[in-house]
Amino acid sequence: MTITEANPVDNGVNVEALLGAREHMTEMPELAQFQWRADCKWVNGTHSRTTVQAFSGAGGEQSHRQPHSVETDHPELFASADNGMTPPELVLAGLAGCITAGVASVATNRGIQLRSVHATVEADMDLAGILGIDSEVRNGFNGIRVRYVIDSDATKEEIEAVVAQSQKRSAVFDVVTNPTAVVVEVV
Amino acid sequence: MRTTDVVVIGGGQAGLAMSYCLAGRSIDHVVLERGHTANSWRTERWDSLRLLTPNWLSRLPGWTYRGDDPDGYMTAAEVAEHLDGYRQSFDAPVLGGTEVVEVTATSAGHRVRTNDGEWHARAVVIATGAASTPKIPKVAELLPGHIDQVTPIDYRNPAQLSDRDVLVVGASASGLQLADEIARSGRHVTLAVGDHVRLPRTYRGMDIHWWMDVIGQLDERYDEVDDIGRARRLPSLQLVGTPERRTLDLNAATEQGVDLVGRLVGVASDRAQFSGSLANYCASADLKEGRLLDRIDEHARDTGLDDEIEAPTRPDATRVGPPSLGLDLSSVGTVVWATGFRPRYPWLDAGLLDRKGALVHDGGILPAAGMYVLGLPFQRRRKSSFLDGVGDDAIELTAHLVEHLASRGVQRRADRR
Repeated sequence: MTITEANPVDNGVNVEALLGAREHMTEMPELAQFQWRADCKWVNGTHSRTTVQAFSGAGGEQSHRQPHSVETDHPELFASADNGMTPPELVLAGLAGCITAGVASVATNRGIQLRSVHATVEADMDLAGILGIDSEVRNGFNGIRVRYVIDSDATKEEIEAVVAQSQKRSAVFDVVTNPTAVVVEVV
Repeated sequence: MRTTDVVVIGGGQAGLAMSYCLAGRSIDHVVLERGHTANSWRTERWDSLRLLTPNWLSRLPGWTYRGDDPDGYMTAAEVAEHLDGYRQSFDAPVLGGTEVVEVTATSAGHRVRTNDGEWHARAVVIATGAASTPKIPKVAELLPGHIDQVTPIDYRNPAQLSDRDVLVVGASASGLQLADEIARSGRHVTLAVGDHVRLPRTYRGMDIHWWMDVIGQLDERYDEVDDIGRARRLPSLQLVGTPERRTLDLNAATEQGVDLVGRLVGVASDRAQFSGSLANYCASADLKEGRLLDRIDEHARDTGLDDEIEAPTRPDATRVGPPSLGLDLSSVGTVVWATGFRPRYPWLDAGLLDRKGALVHDGGILPAAGMYVLGLPFQRRRKSSFLDGVGDDAIELTAHLVEHLASRGVQRRADRR
């Protein structure tokens, strides 16, 4: 066993465990193969409920501590009941949640104590796309802007580097910036 | 079968430095070279290419730059000459036209099979360089058939390209230099940019490599950095060596009319797709450049240089507008793959390689007794793959190798008893 110096920084991230997992998965690449799953049930109108619990990875079947559900719906402006976020807003939640988790991890790894992290996200969309008004307009976002306000014991440059590194290692940042092959079938 | 103590594979900067060190210890050896000394410098470089490091920074064990322009940058032909002069200076035992076919372990050492007979040696040093094969991403297979694909190894000058638009993939030294040169030839160039290392050619009046040398960055050791895997994967420095010592960064490319886009991530329906991550890669490179310049300023302050040199400045942030996420490939005539290189060892036992085909080694020492590699990026120090950097590694590996030969000698005498 190696004895490591206790990290004086506490952002609630167990960096040793993360680095351990990284080392393991470098030696045994098959452990790094994960599958994420979601289960979506239509409720009514535009309202659906998506639940996650099981996933696989680290060499076997895994499970969240408990099922987690999220409601998606459309706002009243579109004559819906507004029982939850719109699905595109859920993507923004995923993006901000993912980069912010990375900020905490990278900051801890670099010995930076965070006091508060606040991200605001704006994403522009032209509804002429999804409403089929103009076939040249895409359905998705034209662009996404994320703004961080971070209170910490580090310099502005150090925090900018943490946020940049977090994007480089973010799954959802990759999902939204790069194309992914998607197959949807009916069984 | 011929016998020697050490077979060195490759007659470039690494192979010759090793040969010099072995000769200094009177160790019997040969250097097997597939072509002539410095073969790839003669046959695999584009016309305008010059070294990224200044001429004075070409020190090899027992050899230095002998020309009259220490602050200039050698052309590929001058590098070949520099190395050939080195070879002649100590009459290195280079066997040209000798291609290695297979290296296998034997009970007493290693058998090296070549197109010109077999060698038996007690130790083997692999010095075939880091840039033997261009790395081309899989997406290349999806490009429409009308597009010519070239790599920095077969590119010579813009005249060999069709007049149509050009997509350069990769923005390290090669990609950025080729994008700039091709744009200057009047062709429209799109440059796909991923992770890159931005640097000014000169800072406060001095060459950036002079600074990296004096602040000790080039000497940083492989066993002292946090994450050696990451350090070894670092893309090459965004630099160009020109007589006017100009800085070539993404802003300079933009001024030449080059369109910057994100990483090439797909080709679908004859359209290239680019990542939306351009802004982050540029911000990241700007920050890292700033950190290096801070470190240089600190060094200048600490060593009392501040008053003797130009005042500190900071380059403009990389200008990126909202980048285009797709490119219609029907107007593109050529794609240049400047996506890096990987060494290839088809003649080595696969057990010596990791799952990505790279050599498994600890600072150049392979797990197989008596086998070494020399000249890989950050092999033992940050400068390991530089012309000026391979010498220190060769000296250290020679010390290890001498010990290995001595212990094998003892072993063999014990066996005989």
